[in-house]
Amino acid sequence: MARMRVRLTFPPERIQEPIIYHLVKDFDIVTNIRRADVKADHGWVALEMEGDEASLERGIAWLKGKGVTVDPIEHDVIIP
Amino acid sequence: MEKLKGLKCRECGRAYRAAPVHVCEFCFGPLEVDYHYDAIRQVVTRDTIAAGPTSMWRYRDLLPVEGDIAVGHHVGFTPLVRAWNLAQELGLREVWVKNDSVCHPTWSFKDRVVAVALTKAKEFGFDTVACASTGNLANSVAAHAAEASLKSYIFIPADLEQGKVLATLVYNPTLVKVEGTYDEVNRLCSEIADKYHWAFVNVNFRPYYSEGSKSYGYEIVEQLGWRTPDHVVVPCAGGSLITKIWKAMKEFKTLGLIDRVTSKVHAAQALGCGPIVTMIKNDTDVLVPVRPDTIAKSLAIGNPADGYYAYKTAKESGGSGEHATDAEIVEGMLLLARTEGIFTETAGGVTVAATRKLIERGVIGKNDSVVICITGNGLKTPDPLYERLESHVQIRPLLSAFDRALADLKSQSVREG
Repeated sequence: MARMRVRLTFPPERIQEPIIYHLVKDFDIVTNIRRADVKADHGWVALEMEGDEASLERGIAWLKGKGVTVDPIEHDVIIP
Repeated sequence: MEKLKGLKCRECGRAYRAAPVHVCEFCFGPLEVDYHYDAIRQVVTRDTIAAGPTSMWRYRDLLPVEGDIAVGHHVGFTPLVRAWNLAQELGLREVWVKNDSVCHPTWSFKDRVVAVALTKAKEFGFDTVACASTGNLANSVAAHAAEASLKSYIFIPADLEQGKVLATLVYNPTLVKVEGTYDEVNRLCSEIADKYHWAFVNVNFRPYYSEGSKSYGYEIVEQLGWRTPDHVVVPCAGGSLITKIWKAMKEFKTLGLIDRVTSKVHAAQALGCGPIVTMIKNDTDVLVPVRPDTIAKSLAIGNPADGYYAYKTAKESGGSGEHATDAEIVEGMLLLARTEGIFTETAGGVTVAATRKLIERGVIGKNDSVVICITGNGLKTPDPLYERLESHVQIRPLLSAFDRALADLKSQSVREG
């Protein structure tokens, strides 16, 4: 099992969709929300995800396809 | 004196012992170093600081190191230059330039944060340090690791030009080129930092690393004669520096070293990568990540880790923010060079240009005192100037030819007034 700490940022058009529900159900990923700020026009969630590496990769690719930004919890790690 | 309490979550306030960790295990908020200020107050005075070394380590009682200084003994205490010519050009009474373009040893303020991070890495017993960087941070980590006899790994995107990494390679780190998009490289580095027992300076050592920036703020106050200026204009990339300058000033007040903090701190960013300034201008605590598109490469962080805290700092201090276009950035670099003889990197051009705009907006008044933060050296990245500069005169090797050229120049000068 691999573990990831990520920050998901949702575009306004995805706020009403049960994104994390699908992440759990369709990709067999265990999720744990640690902190979040979801409003009518934007939202972010600090999320712990556990699963096998391939499932996590597929889940992240699916999130990106939905227009959800997936960042490490540290945000940008590459520094100029 | 026991000065370190440990670490504290910036969001939920949960306390942790001092360890190489950076994220709260409960709320995933960032951790920050927490101090016993009452104990520090007993031993730190203006005189004890003034009696210290002429480096950032004169403030070591306010930095998160406990043992001997392992590396970077000569970092910091850079010049605070009274910029008379620039002040005249900007129409201000009092302008100062805090000049970290001459910070030892790799010519940027990153030497401050890396010196603290690597000293702490030695304290914790690490033998390997790492970072993901395309510029100043990579230079500094590789140089300080060499000095400290630590192994170093530098991660870069594989498509980065070789010329950009020579100033890092010279120190003999292990350079790892990672294939993939920026996002993929970014995420991989986070995972590597999580898995390997290395001191990843801006990941698991971030609480210690970022504290090094406070020395920049301490120096401004001490070099101004133990007072805070009316304004400080700070370039923002990850957003940490502006928060630490502000923290430094508040700590000096907490310790009774100054009576009050009068500064407004302002954020300066490029228009092509300015998510923090956008937050300030829109007065929202929501950071919208951007894809950097600017010549200010050393500020090109589209999703800054401390963006929210940088916004809060500007707001708390009564400060503001300004964007600079690429053309304005070059003008800013040339203006500082022409007036003060200081060649800064593009980030400095951003800060000078933003200062000018803050003056035009009336945010900075004519009789106010201003410190402009210059954080890196122009000699490392002269590319943006290649097509902007040319020599004025070319002559044959004859004195008469020079006489004629000089006369031409003088008459041209008279015509231009």
